[in-house]
Amino acid sequence: MYDKNKILAALLIGMAIILLPFWLNIGKRDKLTEPKLSEKAKLAKRCILPKGEIRSTHQALLVEWRDLAVREGQRFYYSKYNDKNFEISLENTCMDCHSNKKDFCDECHSYAGLTGGVLPNCWNCHNEPEE
Amino acid sequence: MEKVDRRVFLKIASLSLFGLSAGGLFEIVNPEDFKNNITSLKKLKAKRWAMAIDLTIINDGIIKNCINKCHFIHNVPNMGDKQHEIKWIWLEKYSTVFNEGDKNFNLTTLYKNKNIPVLCNHCDNPPCVRVCPTKATFKRDDGIVVMDMHRCIGCRFCMAACPYGSRSFNWTDPRPYIVKINKEYPTREKGVVEKCDFCMERLDKGEMPVCVEESEGTISFGDIGNKNSEIYNILSKRSFLRRKESLGSRPQVFYLI
Repeated sequence: MYDKNKILAALLIGMAIILLPFWLNIGKRDKLTEPKLSEKAKLAKRCILPKGEIRSTHQALLVEWRDLAVREGQRFYYSKYNDKNFEISLENTCMDCHSNKKDFCDECHSYAGLTGGVLPNCWNCHNEPEE
Repeated sequence: MEKVDRRVFLKIASLSLFGLSAGGLFEIVNPEDFKNNITSLKKLKAKRWAMAIDLTIINDGIIKNCINKCHFIHNVPNMGDKQHEIKWIWLEKYSTVFNEGDKNFNLTTLYKNKNIPVLCNHCDNPPCVRVCPTKATFKRDDGIVVMDMHRCIGCRFCMAACPYGSRSFNWTDPRPYIVKINKEYPTREKGVVEKCDFCMERLDKGEMPVCVEESEGTISFGDIGNKNSEIYNILSKRSFLRRKESLGSRPQVFYLI
């Protein structure tokens, strides 16, 4: 091999640059987030959808609720899972139970927001609960 | 048939994989699940909502109560500055409200010192709906002209189109100007237009509009599409005015005289 030393040195430097981020972050994994439930939410036991579903599809549910309330004038929603009627309202239904926005909503949103940009603008207009 | 060589195979395979993943995107939520869940408990229904304000008995005190209650419930800010003013229902001089009268004879002399409550007229032929580029303003089946704040882009075409000046624009964040926030109703943000919506959120939950409740019987509200309704009865017996009728917007707020 011609220029063996040069090539090996360049390879070494290249590898060092590629591996630097991993090296610098060893043992520094971000704390995984876990939204905390408020007392009221704990007591209620059941949300509008089963835990897994509400976790993965709450955005879609909220968008659907928005359209039902504002555009179709439907203000109540029957939850099969809970066998109960809920008022379609972010403030009066969701945030009434989940009154700990900082520990519940923001916990995941700000974590995901660092990389993916999950920064919902709901609270520009909708009122946050007092904590 | 074309020979499937490695290149073609890879193309087809990657396209099919992409197709499979795209299908997955739409399966997250089935909209039908939500549609089936709608319940319409308590909702007040009408063919066409309309309002009748009795100018012969209403007075400034009553109107001010209505305004205060309405503006509190809907988190309408008090901007102080006239240029940035935001209002859903307010007072106006008779000559400003009804300026189509005959020069030689009109009711101005009769109502000279009367303050008239004015609000969105919820026109049957609303110019604001026609000009809205995002369908943020739309007319519901029951006739109420509603704003969907989520869609408003703040272009203010509706403000230019409205012949009654019923719409206000949020030039700044309104929150600091709300004396006491009603936690049960959202505020607005900078850059959206707002106006009276006949308390559609209350009607949908089975309550009458706030101003009607506070009016001590001087404001009637009901279904003008139903010939047995109280408001139909009142309007068929009394004389009334509507604002700028010649424009053809067909306002549904009637002023009894």
